[in-house]
Amino acid sequence: MSANHSSLAHHFADHEQQHEVAVLGMWVFLATELMVFGALFAGYAVYRAQYPAEFAAGSRALNIWFGGINTVVLLSSSLTMALGVHGAQVGRRNVAVMCLALTALLGTAFLVIKGFEYHGDYVEHLVPGLSFSDQDWLGREPHVHPEKVKLFLFFYYTMTGLHGVHLLIGIVFMTVLTILAWRGRFTPQYYGPIEVGGLYWHFVDVVWLFLLPLLYLIGPR
Amino acid sequence: MSHMTQPDRYVLVFLALLALTAATVGLTYVDLGAWHSIVGLTIAAAKALLIVLFFMHLFRSKSVIWVIALSGLFWLGILLILTLTDYATRSWLTY
Repeated sequence: MSANHSSLAHHFADHEQQHEVAVLGMWVFLATELMVFGALFAGYAVYRAQYPAEFAAGSRALNIWFGGINTVVLLSSSLTMALGVHGAQVGRRNVAVMCLALTALLGTAFLVIKGFEYHGDYVEHLVPGLSFSDQDWLGREPHVHPEKVKLFLFFYYTMTGLHGVHLLIGIVFMTVLTILAWRGRFTPQYYGPIEVGGLYWHFVDVVWLFLLPLLYLIGPR
Repeated sequence: MSHMTQPDRYVLVFLALLALTAATVGLTYVDLGAWHSIVGLTIAAAKALLIVLFFMHLFRSKSVIWVIALSGLFWLGILLILTLTDYATRSWLTY
């Protein structure tokens, strides 16, 4: 197994130490990622406290089905991710390859559905600067201020956009891992990249779990 | 490397996540007044906990990983709580 000789970097005592260091490093990175998204959540909270009616109206205008279906797609991808890590852990290469490929595929499906949703938002005049019109909005919900609804929509596009960029990076990550796993690069001693990729993937999933109630489920419909 | 979680357990966690998702979307159609966000965020936190503990293996991780996970949460708490106490109390002072 040539993989066993090259898979241990010379500055580590053994594979277990190497694996633990990789996992530790990813957790530290994810803690900093929490700050990146945290800033957006803080900004969202500040403005939502000031304009509760507009945020609720903006949320009602979004299509809850896109949000709900995408949540199921992303949760399914987390299941295949976890099973892929397990497959690599026990040395079942085919399981690992299949699960990693499925994870990348489900992530892609999420972005495609998101694309249809953005298009729907555009058609429904919900994109500030592109298709938003105050008249249309006042016809829809006359009692809330259109300017402040735009503020909600800016948060919606920024938060889902940043999440989408993270997912895109995850899809590239998973595609590379799929190819490497298919070439037999990983062993039960050396599968750190898959474990670390899994941590990243699950984190992006967790961010979405909070975006769902904050953007789509603010108030009664 | 020493810990092996059974795929059965992953499927069980996944089913719980699906049930919680159905609950949170379904509750949007119930009139909960001001409780929508509190209920929504509580369900999201429960789902996040399931993913972090089982899918991300935190449950069986060494204490150093717990320290990092909790310090991430701690700093997020500083970010959110100090920001919101500022904005919430600005009207108390008149300039």
